[in-house]
Amino acid sequence: MGLHNGDKMMRYEEWSKLARKASKRSLWMVHFCTGCGAIEMPPVMTSRYDMERFGIAPMATPRQADVLLITGYLTVKTLRRVIQVYEQMQSPKYVIAFGSCTINGGMYWDSYNTIKHLEKYIPVDLYIAGCMPRPEGIINAFLELMKLIDEGKARGWERYQKYYDKYKENQRRVFNFEVKEEEKEEKEQKREKNEEH
Amino acid sequence: MDMIGIAIKITILIAYAIIGTCTGLLFMGIGRKIVARVHNRVGPPFYQNFIDVAKLLSKKTNISHGWIFDLALLFSISGILLTLLFLPIGGVQLLSTDGDAFLVLYLLAIPSLGFALGAGASGNPNAGVGVMRALVMMLSYELPFVITLIALMIYYDTTSLATIVRMQSINGIKSWAITMPPFMIAAFAADMALQGMLMEQPFDIPVAPHEIASGPMVEFGGKYLGSLMLYKAIALVAETTLFVDLFLGGGVVAHGNFAFVINFIVWLALIFLLFALSILIAASFPRFRIEQAFGFYWKYEAIIAAISLIWVYIMVIK
Repeated sequence: MGLHNGDKMMRYEEWSKLARKASKRSLWMVHFCTGCGAIEMPPVMTSRYDMERFGIAPMATPRQADVLLITGYLTVKTLRRVIQVYEQMQSPKYVIAFGSCTINGGMYWDSYNTIKHLEKYIPVDLYIAGCMPRPEGIINAFLELMKLIDEGKARGWERYQKYYDKYKENQRRVFNFEVKEEEKEEKEQKREKNEEH
Repeated sequence: MDMIGIAIKITILIAYAIIGTCTGLLFMGIGRKIVARVHNRVGPPFYQNFIDVAKLLSKKTNISHGWIFDLALLFSISGILLTLLFLPIGGVQLLSTDGDAFLVLYLLAIPSLGFALGAGASGNPNAGVGVMRALVMMLSYELPFVITLIALMIYYDTTSLATIVRMQSINGIKSWAITMPPFMIAAFAADMALQGMLMEQPFDIPVAPHEIASGPMVEFGGKYLGSLMLYKAIALVAETTLFVDLFLGGGVVAHGNFAFVINFIVWLALIFLLFALSILIAASFPRFRIEQAFGFYWKYEAIIAAISLIWVYIMVIK
């Protein structure tokens, strides 16, 4: 029995190695470009740097994509959309955070409205430092991600499943704050209206 | 028929399906390479689409939207496989019946309807818009295509694809339909219809990624998208083969014992040339709007096809 199980494990290992080999050479990405980093993407996609030669292609919807590329800062409002997009993607899925803003807030470090550490809310597999990172940096990050996938180290999506409650707690904390603020604003507006009447 | 005969036939059917899929995926990869060279890029390796399919089929989560969503894909793939089996490939036709030229037209509509079912089951508004566009496109390109098909049927006085292919292969290349002036015009109209069938630019309106987020495919991911890619690969082979059968004699140039090997290679070269032509057109033109595409097919293409039909009719009467 033990041998049999061992055989099964071996076979599973080999299959997952093959699957990783395939998914490494065909990274389809959905780029979430609300930050200023979006301007670095066109040269990467078009003939100057041509990322399609590595099998990387932009996809239209999160359902079809493997990589979520987040360019630049995220406000609390856009973070909610990022989480929606990330949860719609089908695992194995990877996140690349682009620019200093996703690492420590960057030039928005003291803003009331942006999140500072993206890692708190969704699992990031790879950061690209810089403000802005050059297209070479983006290509380099994708090659690095390929290496991580090949070695089986890009396990952000498993981390998200395992510590789902922790991630949700962090997310709820910022969102509740936002909701409270909105409620306050609404109340104030109502009060103003009442005073006018 | 005895059991062994049936077994042999089933094996050949499966082999055809595998050959069709592999050829389609290979062509799609080469097509991406051609587009990349037109853009002055390096482009992905020619086997990229095999890797893509392998990746999609090995995805861990696959979100379904109900049993219609699951069955729709089977509907599409089985429909297009059946079409492929009814088409003479290098002069060899596996399944045949009287009037199979009409049958193939009906069978070609099945995958689109399956596609529409699946997209409808996903409930995404983008998918709904995409399906609407796909059905309008089908309505547009089928008119010129059917008119050219009728012209061929009148000239060869048959509704059987096998007979059309046989009549064209009597004198080799000299007897291909495309060498006759009226069918040259008809072939142009049919080639434009083929562009619409393949959903290549300028007629990729139903799957426009930037306008409606890839239309009917919007909710497909993982294994579902992988099977959709397989369907697309087979569809590519089937649709180009239909054109080759109608105008280029099905690629039949040799007769004799082992002629089918040569014919098969010629057929492969011909469908590749057709596909490369359509890819080059796709790489050089931007996307039409839906009413522009409709106008193009019903105004210009349909008139061109009608001229060839009248020409053929006069030839036959004489």
